[in-house]
Amino acid sequence: MKKKLVCIVCPMGCLLDVEVENDYAVTGNQCKRGIGYAKKELTNPTRTVTSTVKIKGSIHDRLPVKTDKEVSKNKVFEVMKILDSVIVTSPIKVGTIIVENIFGDNVNIVASRSM
Amino acid sequence: MKEYDVVIVGGGSAGLAAAIEIYKNGIDNILLIVRDQELGGILLQCIHNGFGLKVFKEELTGPEYAERFVDQLKEINIDLRLESVVTAIHPDKRIEYVNSKEGFVTVKAKAIVLTMGCYERNSGAISIPGNRPAGVLTAGTAQKYLNIDGYLVGKRVFILGSGDIGLIMARRMTLEGAKVLGVAEILPFSGGLKRNIVQCLEDYDIPLYLSHTITEIIGDNNLQKIKVSKVDNFKVIPGTEMEFEIDTLLLSIGLIPENEISERAGIILDPKTRGPIVDETYQTNIEGIFACGNVLHVHDLVDFVTEESRRAGKNVAKYVKNQEVNKNEITHLKSNKGISYIVPQTIHFDNLEEKTEFFLRVTSEFKNVELVIKGDQEEIRRIKKRHMAPAEMEKVILTKASLKAYKIISIEVA
Ligand SMILES: Cc1cc2nc3c(=O)[nH]c(=O)nc-3n(C[C@H](O)[C@H](O)[C@H](O)COP(=O)(O)OP(=O)(O)OC[C@H]3O[C@@H](n4cnc5c(N)ncnc54)[C@H](O)[C@@H]3O)c2cc1C
Ligand code: SF4
Repeated sequence: MKKKLVCIVCPMGCLLDVEVENDYAVTGNQCKRGIGYAKKELTNPTRTVTSTVKIKGSIHDRLPVKTDKEVSKNKVFEVMKILDSVIVTSPIKVGTIIVENIFGDNVNIVASRSM
Repeated sequence: MKEYDVVIVGGGSAGLAAAIEIYKNGIDNILLIVRDQELGGILLQCIHNGFGLKVFKEELTGPEYAERFVDQLKEINIDLRLESVVTAIHPDKRIEYVNSKEGFVTVKAKAIVLTMGCYERNSGAISIPGNRPAGVLTAGTAQKYLNIDGYLVGKRVFILGSGDIGLIMARRMTLEGAKVLGVAEILPFSGGLKRNIVQCLEDYDIPLYLSHTITEIIGDNNLQKIKVSKVDNFKVIPGTEMEFEIDTLLLSIGLIPENEISERAGIILDPKTRGPIVDETYQTNIEGIFACGNVLHVHDLVDFVTEESRRAGKNVAKYVKNQEVNKNEITHLKSNKGISYIVPQTIHFDNLEEKTEFFLRVTSEFKNVELVIKGDQEEIRRIKKRHMAPAEMEKVILTKASLKAYKIISIEVA
C-alpha cells in the first residue's frame, strides 16, 4: 500500500510517497528527517502543543507556553484542558517548567518567553 | 538636533537583526525607534512553533525566537525609544518621532534603516456585498486578542483566505474551543504553506474550499450568516451556494508592507512587492536609506528576515564608514514569464560579493519546471524545481563570476 504525505518537519513541505509494507520506505523527501516523520506519522503521529496560560503581575495577561516534546496527536485537547486551570505569577523566565511531567511520560509544559 | 550614525525604524526581527549587525561591524552611535511597548514585533503574538530552523537549527515559537535577539540587543549599548512612533523621514535623513515623554523630536542620521514590517489587508480591500457587522476582523487582530490578551473573539468561525495567519488561527481557535467551519480560498491553490494545511486544517478536519469565495455577509449589528459559492476564474458559479451560520469571520487575505512614511519621503516602491526598490546593499533610491524585512517584501519565514537584515546591517555599517555613493553601472533584474517579483531589483556588478542571494515569488502554482536565469538573453543557469507556488518564497544564489557585467538579468519559469 502506498501513502502520500506532506512532511511537516520544515517549511519545504516535501510530498512524500510512503510504501507502508516495505518498512515505510520513503521517496520524495529532500532530507532524511522526512523518513523518520513518515513512519511516525503513519504509526504514532505526534505534535508540539503551543498555547497560553494566565499570568499575574505582568504587562500582559497571558504567558505563551509549549510542550517541551511532542505529544501524541490524540492527547492535544487533554493538554489544552490541563492549561485551563493554570495560573502563574510574573516574573517567569523562558524555559521555566510550568507543569511538570503532564502524562507521566516526561513531557513538560514550559514558558516560551520571559515575562 | 541630536545626531546619530544610524537610526532604525522598527523593533521586530528585522530591526533587531540589523541593529545587532551594524553594532558588530563597528558602529555604535545607533538609535532604535519602536512603536510597540516592547521589542520583538509581530513574532510576540505568533506563539506557535516553526521559527528558527535555519538560523538556530531548532524549532522555536515566535516569542522564543524574538527573545534570543532581544537578549543580544540588551548586551550592546545603543539608544532605544519604545512606544515612539516615527511620523516622518526626510531625504536629508532627518527623522521625526513622537512619544508621551519627549513629545515631538527630530533627530539626524547618516543612515536610516526602515524595518516597519507589514499590515494586513482588511475588509475595505475586498468587495463582498452585504453588511459590515461586528465580528468581521483580520486573522492577525484575532491572534493578538487571543494570544496576548487572552480573549477569544468568537465561537463559530469561518476564515476567508488561506494565508498562513488564517490557517494558524483556524487551529488556535479550535484548540480554544471554537468551531471553525471552513476556510475559503478564491484561487485554486492555497496561499499558505503546505505544512500549515496539514497541521492546522487536516489535523482538525477543517474543510478547505479552494476556488470558493464569500458572496454575501448577513447580519445587522452582529454577524449571523455568510454565503459561500464556488468560482470559476473569479466568476461565481450559480447553484453552488452554501450557507454558514457564524459569529466571526476572519480575513487572511494578504499582507502589505507598511510604507506610508517611506512614500512620503520620496522612496520609490515596486508595484509588485509594495516595498522599496533596493540594490544589492538594500539601499533604496534615496542614498543612505535602507530597508529590510517585511517592509521590503512580505516574507513567510522569519529566518529569511533575519538573514536579509544581517546582510543589510553589514552594508549599512560599510556605508556609514565610507560615506561613498555607488556610482557604478546598474544592472536591472527583470521578472519574466511566471515570476511576480525579484528582490533586490537592481545590482551594481562591481560592488557584488562573491555570491548574491535573490528572493523571488512565482505567479501561480508550477510542477516539475525550471527557473531559467539569463543575462542579456544569454542563458546563465537553469534550476530544476519540483514544486513552486506563490505562497513559497524562492531563493536563488548567483555567483559574481556567472553574472558578468550584464545590463539586464532576467528570470523566468520554463
Ligand atoms: C501573523 C504572522 C504570522 C507569521 N507566522 C510565521 C511562522 O509561522 N513562521 C515563520 O517563520 N514566520 C512567520 N511569519 C513571518 C515572520 O514572523 C515575519 O516575516 C517577521 O517577523 C517580520 O519581521 P519584521 O521585523 O520585518 O516586522 P515586524 O515584526 O512586524 O516589526 C515591525 C516593527 O516596526 C515597528 N513600527 C512600524 N511602524 C512604525 C513607526 N511608524 N514608528 C516606529 N515603529 C514602527 C513595530 O512596532 C515593530 O516593532 C509570520 C508573520 C505574521 C505577520
Ligand atoms: S523531508 Fe526534510 S526537507 Fe522535506 S519537508 Fe521534511 S524535513 Fe523538510
